[in-house]
Amino acid sequence: MPEFQHTHAAHCESGVMSSMLRHHGLNLSEAMVFGLSGAMVFAYLPFIKMGGMPLIAYRMMPKAIIKGLQKNIGLEMVMQTYSKPQEGTKALDVLLAQRKIVGAQTSVFWLPYFPDEMRFHFNAHNLIIYAKQDQNYMISDPVFEHPVESDVKGLEKARFAKGIMAPKGLLYYPQFVPKQVDFETVVPKSIKKTAKMMLKTPVPIVGIKGIRYLAKHIRKLGNKDRRYAKLFLGHIVRMQEEIGTGGAGFRYVYASYLDEASALLKNDALFEASKMMTEVGDQWRDFALMIAKAIRSKKGDNIDYDTLADKLNTVAERETEVYERLLKVF
Amino acid sequence: MKANNVPQDHISTYAENKKAIYATDEEGHYGVVASSGWDVEEEATKQALHELERLADDAYEEVASGDASPLLYHMYAQRMDLQVLAQTTGMFQWRIKRHFRPEVFTKLDDDFLARYSDVLGMSVDALKVLPSRSDNA
Repeated sequence: MPEFQHTHAAHCESGVMSSMLRHHGLNLSEAMVFGLSGAMVFAYLPFIKMGGMPLIAYRMMPKAIIKGLQKNIGLEMVMQTYSKPQEGTKALDVLLAQRKIVGAQTSVFWLPYFPDEMRFHFNAHNLIIYAKQDQNYMISDPVFEHPVESDVKGLEKARFAKGIMAPKGLLYYPQFVPKQVDFETVVPKSIKKTAKMMLKTPVPIVGIKGIRYLAKHIRKLGNKDRRYAKLFLGHIVRMQEEIGTGGAGFRYVYASYLDEASALLKNDALFEASKMMTEVGDQWRDFALMIAKAIRSKKGDNIDYDTLADKLNTVAERETEVYERLLKVF
Repeated sequence: MKANNVPQDHISTYAENKKAIYATDEEGHYGVVASSGWDVEEEATKQALHELERLADDAYEEVASGDASPLLYHMYAQRMDLQVLAQTTGMFQWRIKRHFRPEVFTKLDDDFLARYSDVLGMSVDALKVLPSRSDNA
């Protein structure tokens, strides 16, 4: 095995999988991992609350990237959870002694190297442990620019945090990594799947319909308590930018996937679609900027919820055009 | 977004860290740029942090005046809320709410309190008291 190399990524799960595959001889960028696993989505689930705020997602559920890769490129992973923390720590040490690099699910809040400003109770953060030196784990956390470290107790606490999406000490590593990927087949398949899901999911909370549904709720925020309305708007920006999306709620990462796919398949139409998606991303960023101004506004200033909702509907229109274009490529 | 337009606002909520942002060159081809943050993101993160602080401060006053047990303060100080505390301890929300009452809380034995202190990442002794103001900056 070669020496492990840390790479800075936008998102934890795609970053972990990209680094892990490269370590095992398969070069797939984070954007390729994200696109091929069909991880892009939009979903607005007002009935699921976290921290008093509804669930807004720009990507699929945690572990969807790992599962998507297994399904689409023939990767096989070992995934193991543990009932007791000591057991989980021992299992990790055994794997590291075999010189494996090991993926783990953790809680952001308990990881000792996370700065205080970034600590929130989120239980589905992924990282790679690549060595143990003295009593410290050497960790490749993809959302950090450089490798980090944790003491034994700190990582154990983070791996066995309780609550929703509890990691239960989950460790994972590949059992079989394909030598190459049949891009000619899997790229079109993954793109069609994402485009269809975004355009045609028959429930109003997923895909483009979900974006429009969120716009509808923004329009009604004027009837709510002003503090709640502002927190709601801020929450959208956090889900779109703060949680490690590469900017614009993964739209840039997906555009990057289309860009790379266009080069691999020598398909100019995919590059055109990539440029369209870049513009959609820019529109999402404009929307976030408008929200930031609304949050900053003082008491007495009116927040123009209609303008925000209109902007979001424009984003939905532009994004629709990208998926329609993509469905015509193959 | 073009690479040279990626914000480098050195935002306080990154605490000197950088995040990877995807951005294009002049032709529209992608690369990864390390960003010191966008002030729009800072605004949203700070808003959430201030809200957590506000809840902890309000709880602090309630505990200090004897209207609530220290559990209420520690819950918010550890950036949790009733929902998260219920999910992590496996207890019903109504039961936890009872434990916010000082007269109920003081009757809980240490073994039971360990269920709270464990998920809050503190000792049972620390859970029983309200820290002095200077410790909770």
